[in-house]
Amino acid sequence: MHVCILRIFATLSALLLAASAFARVAEADADFATVQRVLQHPRCANCHIPGDAPLQFDDSRPHAQHVRRGDDGKGAPGLPCSTCHGQANLPASYGAHVPPGAPNWHLPPAAHRMVFIDAPAAQLCRTLKDSAQNGGKDLAALLEHVRSDALVLWGWNPGQGRAPVPVPHADFVDAFRRWTDAGAPCPG
Amino acid sequence: MKLDINGRSHEIDAPDDMPLLWVLRDLVGLTGTKYGCGMAQCGACTVHVDGQPMRSCVTPASAVAGQKITTIESLSDDASHPVQRAWIELDVVQCGYCQSGQVMAAAALIRAKPKPSDADIDAAMAGNLCRCGTYQRIRAAVHRAAELAREDGHA
Repeated sequence: MHVCILRIFATLSALLLAASAFARVAEADADFATVQRVLQHPRCANCHIPGDAPLQFDDSRPHAQHVRRGDDGKGAPGLPCSTCHGQANLPASYGAHVPPGAPNWHLPPAAHRMVFIDAPAAQLCRTLKDSAQNGGKDLAALLEHVRSDALVLWGWNPGQGRAPVPVPHADFVDAFRRWTDAGAPCPG
Repeated sequence: MKLDINGRSHEIDAPDDMPLLWVLRDLVGLTGTKYGCGMAQCGACTVHVDGQPMRSCVTPASAVAGQKITTIESLSDDASHPVQRAWIELDVVQCGYCQSGQVMAAAALIRAKPKPSDADIDAAMAGNLCRCGTYQRIRAAVHRAAELAREDGHA
């Protein structure tokens, strides 16, 4: 009789543990889905591209003026991004059709493209965590990057005529933190 | 605000957000830099700031206080800069309106890339529009300017 009760307890415990683990995976997947929604918004993905021509605007059209990535991600030699993109968005007095600005305006370098656009969730997740691609960042450095980098923050304050990232920045950082706390599992 | 323009310090009485182009043309009287579009779409207003090309029409003057601003007027004292010599040699200019911007962009290019390919020239100069369509002569002249700079030992 006692053995039977113990077996039932053991089975129930195993089921509860499995359910709990399943719930944790589901939570991490949901948090990564929030991260993915941000990273694949045009404010981020327009420059996280496989090719050498950055995109622009909410419809992700090719950047005007044949703009190129350049080996270092800072534009073609002789036409760096900083030719037109200053340290901050321009005042309203400049009108609606001027280039936006933020510190260190750039794309990923050509050797480490960090492609976000159109990447399936699992691939995006692996790219994000790959320190050989992401500038040598571990999870803590990635979290700090999305929390405080000025160019990342520009996505929530992109200036006239551009949609900001629709997920509030605090919600994004919270989701990112929970995902990294869970061990940064990749979906699938 | 204090601006360093062509090696001289200028005390400028202007709102912080006044475009550098306005300061150059209207307050300092350096009218070689041209107004084309006012939104960084044409390149006519290109100057150098700490040696890098910059569209002065979308640059608040206060953003470049303390940096070295160079305009077409001081690229050289006597039109001897390799880009200026190549431009004259190949008779690049037609109407001329865009050309101070073209020259400043070309000078930035050959400094960054002393031996540019056609593709390098196209990539660097694509932001400088020319309504007269002098693009082929511009490309040839950039090649020639790069040669002259190498001969001069500038690159």
